[in-house]
Amino acid sequence: MSELRPITALGADAPRRDTIGTVTITEVDDRAIASVASRAGKGKAFEKAAKTLFGIAPPQPGRWDGGADYALIWTGPDQWFAEAPLATHEDIATLIKAGLGDTASVTEQTGGWCAFELSGGAVGAVMERLVPVDAARMQAGHATRSFAEHMGVIVICREAGRRFTLMAPRSFAGSLHHALGAVARSVA
Amino acid sequence: MTQMNRISGGLIDRSKTVNFSFDGARYQGHAGDTLASALLANGVRLMGRSFKYHRPRGPISAGSEEPNALVELRGGARREPNTRATVAELFEGLDATSQNRWPSLGFDLLAVNDMLSPFFAAGFYYKTFMWPKAFWEKLYEPIIRRAAGLGSLSGEVDPDLYDKGFRHCDLLIIGAGPAGLAAALTAGRAGADVILADEDFRMGGRLLAETFSLGDAGGSDWADGVLAELASLPNVRLMTRTTVLGAFDHGIYGALERNADHLPVAPAGKPRQTLWRIYARRALLCAGATERPIAFRNNDRPGIMMAGALRAYANRWAAVPGREAVIFTNNDDGHRTAQDLAAAGLRIAAVVDSRKEAPRSGDYPIHAGAVVIDAVGRKGLHSVDVRRSNGEVSRIPCTTLGVSGGWNPNVHLTCHQRGRPEWDAGLAAFVPGGVLPPGMTVAGAAQGILSTAGALASGAAGAVAALDALGRKAKPADLPRAEDAPVSLTPLWHVPGKGRAWIDPQNDVTVKDVKLAHKEGYVSVEHLKRYTTLGMATDQGKTANVTGLAVMAQVSGKSIPETGTTIFRPPYTPVPIAAFAGRSAGKDFRPVRLTPSHKWAAEQGAVFVEVGMWLRAQWFPRPGETHWRQSVDREVLATRKSVGICDVTTLGKIDVQGTDAAEFLNRVYVNAFGKLAVGKVRYGLMLREDGMAMDDGTTARLAEDHFVMTTTTANAVGVFRHLEFCRQCLWPDMDVQLISTTEAWAQYSVAGPNARKLLQKIVDPGHDISNEAFPYMACGDITVCGGLRARLFRISFSGELAYEIAVPTRYGDGLIRAMVKAGQEFDAVVYGTEALGVMRIEKGHPAGNELNGTTTALNLGMGGMVSKKKDCIGNTLSEREGLNRDDALNLVGFRPVQAGDPLAAGSHFIRKGAEAVAANDEGYLTSVAYSPHLQSMIGLGFLAAGKSRLGEVLRAVNPVEGAETLVEVVSPHFVDPEGERLRV
Repeated sequence: MSELRPITALGADAPRRDTIGTVTITEVDDRAIASVASRAGKGKAFEKAAKTLFGIAPPQPGRWDGGADYALIWTGPDQWFAEAPLATHEDIATLIKAGLGDTASVTEQTGGWCAFELSGGAVGAVMERLVPVDAARMQAGHATRSFAEHMGVIVICREAGRRFTLMAPRSFAGSLHHALGAVARSVA
Repeated sequence: MTQMNRISGGLIDRSKTVNFSFDGARYQGHAGDTLASALLANGVRLMGRSFKYHRPRGPISAGSEEPNALVELRGGARREPNTRATVAELFEGLDATSQNRWPSLGFDLLAVNDMLSPFFAAGFYYKTFMWPKAFWEKLYEPIIRRAAGLGSLSGEVDPDLYDKGFRHCDLLIIGAGPAGLAAALTAGRAGADVILADEDFRMGGRLLAETFSLGDAGGSDWADGVLAELASLPNVRLMTRTTVLGAFDHGIYGALERNADHLPVAPAGKPRQTLWRIYARRALLCAGATERPIAFRNNDRPGIMMAGALRAYANRWAAVPGREAVIFTNNDDGHRTAQDLAAAGLRIAAVVDSRKEAPRSGDYPIHAGAVVIDAVGRKGLHSVDVRRSNGEVSRIPCTTLGVSGGWNPNVHLTCHQRGRPEWDAGLAAFVPGGVLPPGMTVAGAAQGILSTAGALASGAAGAVAALDALGRKAKPADLPRAEDAPVSLTPLWHVPGKGRAWIDPQNDVTVKDVKLAHKEGYVSVEHLKRYTTLGMATDQGKTANVTGLAVMAQVSGKSIPETGTTIFRPPYTPVPIAAFAGRSAGKDFRPVRLTPSHKWAAEQGAVFVEVGMWLRAQWFPRPGETHWRQSVDREVLATRKSVGICDVTTLGKIDVQGTDAAEFLNRVYVNAFGKLAVGKVRYGLMLREDGMAMDDGTTARLAEDHFVMTTTTANAVGVFRHLEFCRQCLWPDMDVQLISTTEAWAQYSVAGPNARKLLQKIVDPGHDISNEAFPYMACGDITVCGGLRARLFRISFSGELAYEIAVPTRYGDGLIRAMVKAGQEFDAVVYGTEALGVMRIEKGHPAGNELNGTTTALNLGMGGMVSKKKDCIGNTLSEREGLNRDDALNLVGFRPVQAGDPLAAGSHFIRKGAEAVAANDEGYLTSVAYSPHLQSMIGLGFLAAGKSRLGEVLRAVNPVEGAETLVEVVSPHFVDPEGERLRV
């Protein structure tokens, strides 16, 4: 194992957790991510390989789905993010590429994103002050790209009305965390 | 005596006394009061001075349409000018002051303007201050600004927080009067997601201001019952104190919620106001109607107000401007005010009805076919002159006059997408017409249905229709029996006669001004508005526009529809700039992106610079360094002497994969990439379609079907967007996948003669990075620091032996610490963007200053790179004749003839002896730096036919600062022009 020590997106040794009113904001730092894009003309083969590797079919637009190890989030036409536990899938892109071969282009994204989970009673009030998507109507299994405070984000509904994950490019982690806290305080 | 004009009844909470002050005097009101109602209750009718003539004014309305009673609320940094006293909710300790007067509201010296009024007619400014031109900015404008106008800002930073948010609904109902409540009840019971928004702090609209009953209940009691039911429905959201300010594209509505304006100070961490963007599948406008005045001489005296407002003050707020009232009306609704005021115990001195057939509405004198021709009482009304139908004029003492010229439906939001209202002759008013914003329908008084029963029914029907359009079935809510009087009105816009009759009190526009505008040719409604300022400022002419139009129609001999319509733009009522900014204020103006080495750099005391949203280390001061140049010179010299490290993560990185990836790059870059070997990097230049240089960078081939492109920091997003456009739209058949990987890798440049030695301590021993195994422009996957996967690229921006090394971002902090430690034996430095810039200028590499959107490959000295053997974006238009002239600009270097002389970027090149004018301009200096290597300022710039002019001496002229420097044209490669250092 490398002697280099990783840090979280907020620049600390351990992920951050804040509870403001009834909302808890938790930095998520234990997920490996890779983007998966099916190659042109390989749709069928890709779906088959993906189902074998991930144990689930690639979800439709606006959706995400979770299998045993992997979760897949739709991120664009013929493109998904695959998530898996960092502890077991540190080199996730290599693992996925081995499974999908030339049916897909795979790019490591683990370090490219920060993620915060929002949970608690007032989470709906927080979400409607952050993102233009109708989070109140999102069900578990829904995911979409949006923006929050001028940052591009991926909004993932884990539990309707109660638990969401917001992902943003990692360099924005401090600004996004600040915005989440400010909004949570304004509705607390 | 306190609250001398407080009568019995009303919807105020008399158990809660509220202390407040106006112009330093202390008063008491009650919870539920507005500032205007509380002042009226305390016998205060004079609340402001007019814009131009400084005429004493009182409120004419009881709502957001108020043009007169503008005050400053609060003090210090929270001072808020131009607040309408008619909607300012009273709170304990409220401190209000009048504005636009000096020295006091009662004695205003600038009221001299009123006596000089013959000089201040329409177009006065345009006519008077034309000459001399130079006087406008320095003399006239400051004087006018002081004399005319509204309140003043504190000049301090707003200490409050403002929020923003997004809401979604099936049906947005705008206005919670009878129509809005019936609609909300109908849609709410049907289970639709409903937002009911009202600008007032209490919902109910006109029901709160009237005495008639709905079914067996009073109007406000019925409203309260409905609101209680709506509040119990989880699918209905009630937004009080929320003004829907505009109808925008795709069913999006803007709304301002005043969360804490009714409190002395917003609670800590809470917003004062929230700007909502409401995504409504359907919208029902139930915005009611606004009463309009009848213009007559001196109709702006304090104590004169709209009859409906007078009734609202009496019925809702139990406040009256005086105890003896006269009503002047051209319609039946005016009589309601007389009835209500009489019932409230006021003496009705007269009802002056301009119609010959005036109804016998009560036990008070009714003058049919009569008009009010003048009002007396400069700071407060004490009598009116009435001309009877027989021509006889009599003076009637009174302390208040209610005027009703009819009601104008509030069509404002129907116009926000250029819908033009239509004239309804029966109402003598504009009603919604033309093309409404998609998804919007109108109900109640806003639609021209002015009876309560009609409003209720149309609201319920409007909700049913809106839900039906969404495929939902609803049945109209059961509605109570309500007043259903028809509109009976004979239009009367102004009473002819001597003196000034006000149409737009906010802007001091009189009937005479409209006539003058007509005489001078400003007959178009749009010209009338701009020439006279009719309908401008905070009230946007809510009470004045139609009357102004009607007077123009009369003088031009046309009908009102022929004369035109005025339409309305957002916002419906004023919105503070702070609310538009929301949380994006001060240091939160925009998000900040931090580099992987940020934490380490901050520990070192780095000085940061904003590069787009990125915060990059500009230089790293060391103890004893007192000037930035000392730090930067040290970083440059140490890098060129031994080795330096720089965080270059911010450069865009785009992963390009797919079987057609190489061909894709061939088409977006001017130079060939098809044959680039795996494990190699190549510099590439891309053009826009118009042939201008777009961006440059290096692209590495990691596998046959896998490339990583780098872009400049500034263009990272733009290039990615461009490539996606190419992929999705231009060549959808290609097998190419793109994704940004900028942030996934922390990337550092390691440059200098000892770069390899340093890296050999970091890169795991199994990887040979010797010059032979890993030559200039090589790239490959490696591992570092005991097994961490990494990428190494042998590329150089500084001109030195250099590499860029990338690790997964979470390890970026660890890597820079490891490299700094490994570099200690080489006296390695970490350098910032300044040193980076100095070294790239020394090497003659173009950057953003040179890739400025106006330059071509030829200008940049890379004309030869544009391959003629293949097609690529921009190559055809790059061959335009005009871009390929012999005297085209060439990128060359410049040095001052005197080594100590300064250079300023942006300077233009002029030949010696030529006049420094645009016609003699031969090019411009784009980038300058002090080169510690050459111990002189150096620069890069574009010079006409520059490549053939090396050695020539020119003037670099900087007219902005009045400076110029003699410069010699030199090669842009100041350091190692042969590029030998790169390859060792």
